Amino acid sequence: MSNNPNTSTHYVAPLEETPLVAIDAVNVGERKSNLWIDAWRDMRRRPMFWISAAIILLVLIVAFFPTLFTQVPPNDDCQLSNSNGGPTGEHILGFTKQGCDVFSRLIHGTSTSLSVGLIVTVLTTVLGILFGAFAGFYGGWLDSVLSRAGDIFFSIPYILAAVVIMSVFSAYRNVFVISLAIGIFAWPATARVLRAEILRVKQSDYVMAARALGVSNFKILLRHVLPNSIAPVIVVTTISLGAAIVAEATLSFLGVGLPNSTMSWGNDISAAQIDLRTAPQTLIYPSLALSITVLAFIMMGEVIRDALDPKARAQR
Amino acid sequence: MAGYILRRLLQAVPVLLGTTFLIYFMVFAMPGDPLLALFGDKAPDPALLERLREQYHLDQPFIVQYFLYLGGIFHGDFGTSFSGEPVSAILVRTFPVTIRLAIMALIIEFVGGVLIGLISGLRKGKLFDASALVVSLIFISLPIFVIAFVAQFVFGIQLGWVKTTVSAGAPIQDLILPAFVLASITFAQLIRLTRASVIETEQLDFVRTAYSKGLSRRRIIPVHILRNSLIPVVTYAATDFGVLLVGATVTEGIFNVPGVGRTLYQAIVQGQGPTVVSFVTVMVLIYLVVNLVVDLLYGLLDPRIRYVK
Repeated sequence: MSNNPNTSTHYVAPLEETPLVAIDAVNVGERKSNLWIDAWRDMRRRPMFWISAAIILLVLIVAFFPTLFTQVPPNDDCQLSNSNGGPTGEHILGFTKQGCDVFSRLIHGTSTSLSVGLIVTVLTTVLGILFGAFAGFYGGWLDSVLSRAGDIFFSIPYILAAVVIMSVFSAYRNVFVISLAIGIFAWPATARVLRAEILRVKQSDYVMAARALGVSNFKILLRHVLPNSIAPVIVVTTISLGAAIVAEATLSFLGVGLPNSTMSWGNDISAAQIDLRTAPQTLIYPSLALSITVLAFIMMGEVIRDALDPKARAQR
Repeated sequence: MAGYILRRLLQAVPVLLGTTFLIYFMVFAMPGDPLLALFGDKAPDPALLERLREQYHLDQPFIVQYFLYLGGIFHGDFGTSFSGEPVSAILVRTFPVTIRLAIMALIIEFVGGVLIGLISGLRKGKLFDASALVVSLIFISLPIFVIAFVAQFVFGIQLGWVKTTVSAGAPIQDLILPAFVLASITFAQLIRLTRASVIETEQLDFVRTAYSKGLSRRRIIPVHILRNSLIPVVTYAATDFGVLLVGATVTEGIFNVPGVGRTLYQAIVQGQGPTVVSFVTVMVLIYLVVNLVVDLLYGLLDPRIRYVK
């Protein structure tokens, strides 16, 4: 037996480490492996991951630095004489009814869609984790109360609920209010997924071990149960980011979303619908931008799901 | 079975009370005058305001208002629209059209979705499966109004195959395009669900037994695989009914289908707050009832469900 652990594949721990930290033989030659590392190895082999990552990155850059992509001001330089005009050299996608540059409005509207998506996602994730974690981990009457509350919010389709909220707050239409209106009814999906996963993880041996060692309930939830049940939440979160962007566009399309002065893809699509026959470009391009962005987030969610879920991997 | 029905009905009561309370709370417990808020920047007619105050019992304390309103709902009184017509009368007039559209959409969705899903599942990893997955992903990402406009532009304007809007009586041939658009939003999910379910069922023991008994694929696929794969597909239909309701609102609005959805759509677009609230309440109630019915049917179809709490 060698005394140098680096040259042998089997490392026998020194005696003082063995009693509780029961490492008898660790194969040091083996590659490190856990759920996340495995998932990453799986994801980076898939072209769909790189395509969606590239689109998401591009959308982020466009949202933060719109002037990198267009020098034409989206609102100030509009000439009614250009109304619904076709593409010209400097204005590659043509003009809107108000004679504004379609491409420039599309670029500058990106940040609106993305902000709504991000705020809604943060909101639904925080609410979903709070409700789901407490309901699943503590169980009993707390579970009943929280789950029934979730059922009630889940029973109202969230776009319909947002329509009512936006009708009531018609005087305060901005990115935060619309995000709140969507998020406040969209969280039960996250809560349900997390609750189910926590019910499963709660039965694990390591949770029982922590309990036997006298770790407090809350600390078990925070240190052992939550980190091990967060994977499905990440999937729901990525997909719901796309869904939130669609929800904003739908509300703006219905005229209860953002005010017309705010540049957003939904508003532009809504304004263009009357001229579908004469100027389809004013409708097609914002729709395309919206769909590609949403597709990227949904594709990313699918890739993450496949990577995290061995069952889905077997079905491929 | 009776116990299951009773339990399920009792569970529906708090949700029903909760959802109506939530909607009522959102609208009428806000600071300031809720009616003025609902009209936005438009100044409403004082006579109309007076009528609405009376209708929603706004002179009473909030909780009394809510129960008076709830009592009204149970009597089929959902309020009055802007033109003075009772919402219940509008519902009677527009509901058959929406039902016709919804049934057409459901048939398209189920026939197409289950068929494509079944073929995909049986040919896992082949070209058909891969392309079905990509196409379904694209349809999941497209917002319904984008699909509606593209369909209207391509089939209505460029090809001229169908009329871009539906004529007054909403005849079946005019509803075909809107029905396809409405079906397209939930269709993609159905393909994926059926596919996953078929792949799972295919690996089960009774399918292997059927093969080893020497049964033909023509018998095994419809009888053993398809029938058993459909159980999760049926429940999905209920949970996704909410998407269909929102979809119907947008689709009926765009194609001018004279149904419940268009009435809501027009109320939203014209900023008629009180009418919006009435119709959203109606739609949420329909959604709850459909979910309840499907749950009960599900208990009937699959005996295991009845015994699980």
